[in-house]
Amino acid sequence: MRNVLAIAERELRSYFASPIAYAVIGLFALVFGWMFYAFLRYFIGASMRMGPGGMGQGPININDMLLRPLILQISVVVLFVLPMVTMRTYSEEKRSGTIELLLTSPITDVQIILGKFLGAMALYSAMLLITVPSVVVLFWYGDPDWKPVVTSYVGLLLMGGSFIAFGLFISSLTKNQIVAGVLTFCTLLMLLLVGWLREFVGPLGQAIVGALSVFEHFEDFSKGVLDTKHIVYYLSVITFGLFLTAKSVDSERWRG
Amino acid sequence: MIEVQNLTKRYGRFTAVDGVSFRVEKGEILGFLGPNGAGKTTTMRILTGYMPATTGKALVGGFDVFDQPLEAKKRTGYLPETPPLYPEMTVREYLMFVARIKGVAAKAQRAQVDTSMEKARVADVASRHCGKLSKGYRQRVGLAQAILHNPDVLILDEPTAGLDPKQIMETRDLIKSLAGDHTIVLSTHILPEVSQVCQRVVIINKGKVVAVDTPDNLTSRLAGAQSLYVQVDATSNADVGAALDGVPGVTAVRVADQRATVTGFEIECQRDRDIRRDLAKAIVSHGWGLLELRPLRMSLEEIFLQLTTSEGAAAPGSDAETNGDDAKENA
Repeated sequence: MRNVLAIAERELRSYFASPIAYAVIGLFALVFGWMFYAFLRYFIGASMRMGPGGMGQGPININDMLLRPLILQISVVVLFVLPMVTMRTYSEEKRSGTIELLLTSPITDVQIILGKFLGAMALYSAMLLITVPSVVVLFWYGDPDWKPVVTSYVGLLLMGGSFIAFGLFISSLTKNQIVAGVLTFCTLLMLLLVGWLREFVGPLGQAIVGALSVFEHFEDFSKGVLDTKHIVYYLSVITFGLFLTAKSVDSERWRG
Repeated sequence: MIEVQNLTKRYGRFTAVDGVSFRVEKGEILGFLGPNGAGKTTTMRILTGYMPATTGKALVGGFDVFDQPLEAKKRTGYLPETPPLYPEMTVREYLMFVARIKGVAAKAQRAQVDTSMEKARVADVASRHCGKLSKGYRQRVGLAQAILHNPDVLILDEPTAGLDPKQIMETRDLIKSLAGDHTIVLSTHILPEVSQVCQRVVIINKGKVVAVDTPDNLTSRLAGAQSLYVQVDATSNADVGAALDGVPGVTAVRVADQRATVTGFEIECQRDRDIRRDLAKAIVSHGWGLLELRPLRMSLEEIFLQLTTSEGAAAPGSDAETNGDDAKENA
């Protein structure tokens, strides 16, 4: 554990020592701020029309009309941003030769991988933290249900974790971080787009597509449902991604 | 301290290291000499547990680097060809990180980092970023990293590459001062380095060990027959040649250089016989001027070239080479 933390700490430090952390968090804050503003304006407009002074159908639900669509959009932004976080994890170490230090130190591959995973998760959490003040404002002025908000964050963390696990794996395949970034992005995008096939494939196909689509599993979280099925799904995707990373690092050793 | 048995590493069809065996005793400095691409780095990477061997065994401090990698790695310090530095960390941050992953006890970390910075003489750049250091400092920070956890075994891949002459001298002195406490294996393709620093040399070429010996033994053993160089001032060099040939013990005479009346001869003679006195007497008694007389020792460069460029069949090992000579003589 000591070793895992040492690696994680170094990873996090290097994110903040390079422009990556600032670029990623800044970009995310900008896009999120814009989306939050747009959704809020839309919601205010809608509640004016629907509220007591308007058409008189009673107040509309802030969770359904504002928070849920907002969080679903965040999940897409995360897809764009996380490849930038994971792209350098292994490839940069391979390019600069620092991987030789890690692999010849008395630590195991699994410790290195977990350390890198935790480091990226920490940065990702910091990124999500940016959204918290905006959501708190909603509690201040509105009366949303807090449970779907909490499950949404749990869902975002799990989904981001599986993106990071895959990003680590792809980064371990190449020395070039741009290649790693682009490949990770394309893979994640395919996982998003695979859901579109749903309508054209048979029942078996639907089951397969449903299982593949990382976003399908996220929907329940955003509705406030904590289903073990989805939690297990994400945890196994994370484990699988980290397992592939371990195999890739190991095979790299044999090939030299 | 280090034992390597029949180490072989293949990449696909290419054999980078082919049946390499050697031992390094405690406190010894072993030089690993070979042209670029001879398999030095590969052998060192196997020793440090960076990559596994295809076949064969390597023990560091009694631990198999493949079966008990963590135990072996704890006892090994490694400086790769390019020092593994994180450009965005300061030297002190970097060494503190290394101390953590090398398993230095939390309380001892600060002290160990200070000691290693002292030893590698990088204390003055402790708060500079690794990415901003000059090549010489990078190399030394790399060295500080390797000795940080006070390992029994130090493996240094071309520790003086890219340094200026003064830094090279300093680094060599540093390495020499580390021997005794540490067992050191260093690779290089700079020959004087080997004779100055190492107690024993392994010459490796195309993945195979060509010779293992002390630098002195290598020079004398491989020189074969003993040779002398004589410079004589005389009107007719043919006469001189004949006269020199007549000296007992001389087996061959050849003109090495000639300028006006001054001629240089290379003389081969039987090994265990000092004929310098006789040679001088022969020259002086003819009334010629004896300008220079010195033994010719084969330099390490020549031995190296001879060992690593000999064509095909003669190459496999020094033993085979001597056998070949014997066979010729017998015939």
